[in-house]
Amino acid sequence: MLDKNGIAKRIAQELQDGFYVNLGIGIPTLVANYIPEGIDVEFQSENGILGMGPFPFEGDEDPDLINAGKQTITAMPGAVYFDSATSFAMIRGQHVQLTVLGAMEVAQNGDIANWKIPGRMVKGMGGAMDLVASAENIIVAMMHTNKRGESKLLPACSLPLTGVGCVTKVVTNMATLEIKDNAFHLLERAPGVTVEEIQAATAGKLVLPAGEVPEMSL
Amino acid sequence: MAISKVVANAQEACAGIESGMTLMLGGFGLCGIPENSIKQLVNLGVTNLTCISNNAGVDDFGLGLLLQGRQIKKMISSYVGENDEFERQMLSGELEVDLIPQGSLAERCRAGGAGIPAFFTPAGYGTEVGEGKETRDFNGKPHILETALTADYAIVKAWKGDTAGNLIFKATARNFNPMMAMAGTITVAEVEELVPLGELNPNEIHTPGIFVQRIFQGTGYEKRIEQRTVRTRG
Repeated sequence: MLDKNGIAKRIAQELQDGFYVNLGIGIPTLVANYIPEGIDVEFQSENGILGMGPFPFEGDEDPDLINAGKQTITAMPGAVYFDSATSFAMIRGQHVQLTVLGAMEVAQNGDIANWKIPGRMVKGMGGAMDLVASAENIIVAMMHTNKRGESKLLPACSLPLTGVGCVTKVVTNMATLEIKDNAFHLLERAPGVTVEEIQAATAGKLVLPAGEVPEMSL
Repeated sequence: MAISKVVANAQEACAGIESGMTLMLGGFGLCGIPENSIKQLVNLGVTNLTCISNNAGVDDFGLGLLLQGRQIKKMISSYVGENDEFERQMLSGELEVDLIPQGSLAERCRAGGAGIPAFFTPAGYGTEVGEGKETRDFNGKPHILETALTADYAIVKAWKGDTAGNLIFKATARNFNPMMAMAGTITVAEVEELVPLGELNPNEIHTPGIFVQRIFQGTGYEKRIEQRTVRTRG
């Protein structure tokens, strides 16, 4: 079973040289800590920076320099700032190659719900709806089950949707799954997790590969 | 000579703002917000405002100050966490809230300033954001129609500005400010540094002064940090 850093580490393997990447809040943010050696990627944050760097050293925080999670950050050499309309032109115009975000639920048809729980305070969708509606390559980083132990990989989302038919891959604490043909296709098991455990934790349609399910190499 | 847009202070800049008006306020979280003008809106005591702003501040800063005095009737935003008073007013029905995808909010402001009455976007299709909106397929993909936003007053914050109203923003404090500057009937710009004509390099201006009606140099910027994140040295 992976922890949050393990999920981020596995997703980092999806980064390719030359990718512009948007990382959501939470587990996705951790992906930046595991960029594979020898490749160049640039991180976009939708509040208006490309070339986002790590958190600043204590005392170097600049209140004018934050990410979309409102955290203080730094800018890498070659970074650029821009306004929100330009930022979403990059996203909507599909100039960003990879989007990683968290979710409360993902459905076997690629629908995602991650912004609203009926009956609870609704904070808003922020940039999530724009991101999922336009990105071609969306990876969801999340735990396989919720706090009550219920599967978050479902036949259909029960919560209000953020986007429809958009998620291509899900990396959880238990598995890597690809979404296609209205099913979750199991690609890898997390270390120490059995196929049976993944089956039991997946409420949506799960398709197993012909042979053995490989364990993630992290 | 360039047309001067200079006013003395926030009082002069916010003159004419009345209860019931629609205001745009720049900023992302507490980054790049017009601190001086927000304080002046508190002083004016105007109420029943419709505020278009990506966020709603925190309890005791930013737009939270207007919420404390129940000056806002409706918020149009993309994300409104981090504010208990906001939550209380929203749940009690005192405050009307219209949540809009962030990219659509930015583009609706830009469209409002650019004379584009509406546009199609894929964001929100198939969700409750798309409910009741005109839908059309382009290149085999469904899109929803979103309309432009404008405001009686747009209030923005820049780093530097000159007397002609030309503006330069700093880092990610730019965010929604340039589009909102375009979409106000009257646009108020408060700047950290007001410089004479000719001091800003025309190649480096982000918002041309034509979009700005009033400019003043603000004072006492607090620039609060919402999430202070650091790494340790060594």
